[in-house]
Amino acid sequence: MAAAGAIRTAGRGGLLERLSDALWRRPRLLLLLLLLPPALWLGIIYLGALFALLAQSFFSIDEFSGLIVYEPTLKTYRELLTPANLDIIQRTVTMAALVTLAAAVVAFPIAYYAARYARGRWKALFYLGVMLPLWSSYLVKVYSWKLILAKEGILTWALGKVGLLWLLEAWLALPGVGGNSLSTSFTGTFLVFLYVWLPFMILPIQAALERVPGSMLEASGDLGATPAQTFRHVILPLALPGVIAGSIFTFSLTLGDYIIPQIVGTSARFIGQAVYQHQGTAGNIPLAAAFAVVPIAIMGLYLWWARRMGAFDAL
Amino acid sequence: MRSDRAPLWLKLAAGAGLLFLHVPILIIFAYAFTTEDKSYQWPPPGLTLQWFAVTWNRPDVWEALSLSLRVAAVSTLIALVLGTLCAAAMARFRFFGREVISLLVILPIALPGIITGISLRSAFNLADIPFSYWTIVLGHATFCVVVVYNNAVARFRRTSASLVEASMDLGANGFQTFRHVILPNIATALLAGGMLAFALSFDEVIVTTFTAGQQQTLPIWMLEELVRPRQRPVTNVVAMVVVLVTFLPILGAYYLTRGTETVAGQGK
Repeated sequence: MAAAGAIRTAGRGGLLERLSDALWRRPRLLLLLLLLPPALWLGIIYLGALFALLAQSFFSIDEFSGLIVYEPTLKTYRELLTPANLDIIQRTVTMAALVTLAAAVVAFPIAYYAARYARGRWKALFYLGVMLPLWSSYLVKVYSWKLILAKEGILTWALGKVGLLWLLEAWLALPGVGGNSLSTSFTGTFLVFLYVWLPFMILPIQAALERVPGSMLEASGDLGATPAQTFRHVILPLALPGVIAGSIFTFSLTLGDYIIPQIVGTSARFIGQAVYQHQGTAGNIPLAAAFAVVPIAIMGLYLWWARRMGAFDAL
Repeated sequence: MRSDRAPLWLKLAAGAGLLFLHVPILIIFAYAFTTEDKSYQWPPPGLTLQWFAVTWNRPDVWEALSLSLRVAAVSTLIALVLGTLCAAAMARFRFFGREVISLLVILPIALPGIITGISLRSAFNLADIPFSYWTIVLGHATFCVVVVYNNAVARFRRTSASLVEASMDLGANGFQTFRHVILPNIATALLAGGMLAFALSFDEVIVTTFTAGQQQTLPIWMLEELVRPRQRPVTNVVAMVVVLVTFLPILGAYYLTRGTETVAGQGK
């Protein structure tokens, strides 16, 4: 191959030809040319902006003038650790954990059926059935839940038709999860999060299950395991990396979202809303930056743990 | 073997899950035709087509749609170029820092969108860059790169390197090889990646709220309507149209890459 490159150089003179030959002889130069534009774009625009933000979390804001004091300090982080802010962090992490658990439970049967039993036409149907909601407009999905959960909406109507309205009212009367109507309750926020992130959980679980060879399940059965035992000791351990991979998405997306709790939910804030308000109306960029470090740190820990559990092979 | 038939409970659970995914989207469609314009009343008291006409005559909707389309088109083009270059480098070469580059590409969608958004906004502030069409494009292109990259890198891996060598042996130079051998091989993957990038950009709202300033893309317009509703039926119609419009590139990407090992659209 190198020889072919050398022979071709003889007796050719066009500029493009010479450039092409030069690149062929020096693959490192070609690599550099290929890599430079994307690396510069992402490195300067993205990483540059990210570091500029994180650096600002080490500045503080002057209480009187409201201006940023450009001196390195940990004051902003002390402010972050006040009870009110810890409350926000705790609420967000709890929500992320609940959403992740529920998504795993709802996603598993869909992924399992699609991977093990669906064939041909049905397989395509399942595939598109997950893909279309995944790529449908995020805001439209949130909006549809506002319609569903509204007091005069379809859910109340349907529950009334089957005579279960008392159940909804009893649930809404519960402290913590209840509220005036579902669209202004913690439960409502939870449902919308679950709905919007569910496809992100289904796909990696399905990918992990597709890789389980059928012969392994047959072997398990031949060795005398009941279907329940096969599920518990063969399928579940092999699917676990997929579940963890999916949980990375559901967890991270819930941690950073500020639109869903703003549209459906109570007035209690989540991390995303706190970041948004501090950088916007409050103009406190350092505190917003410090708040932004929280999801990054949590996700860093989570990814480190997920890597140890082998989740990255299932992505 | 007994495991060839799915147990009933599994069928029910999977079916219920799929219904859960689709019913809310269908409900949006029903609301676009309702005669009720003050509340979210269900069932609709009556059906009408008048809101389609009202929406058609709303200049703010058209302006938002046009901005969204222009942003998505240019962001997709930039992402196509950057994503393909990066994929080519990653698929053909082993080099120091390879892991770092792959992390760098994924980071903009792995971290919550609000972090990307607020980083960009504070960077624009620090650099005294006023908000414009291009600040939106800058943000969108950054997170669209990964979608193109994922599609392109999978295809590059399946394209045999001997094809390139054969082309060179037959006397083609590097550019001719790219034009006549590599490009036809990766074209459908690029098209699929481009469609997904377009859909991603067309729908993006979180980063955009930080980089748009006073401009309104269609998702920003919708967000405004959700927070401070003005004319609910118009929002319903726009919501339905947005869903239908985003279905097209997704279906397109699916059919283009169907039957290959890596069907497009698995990551978002």
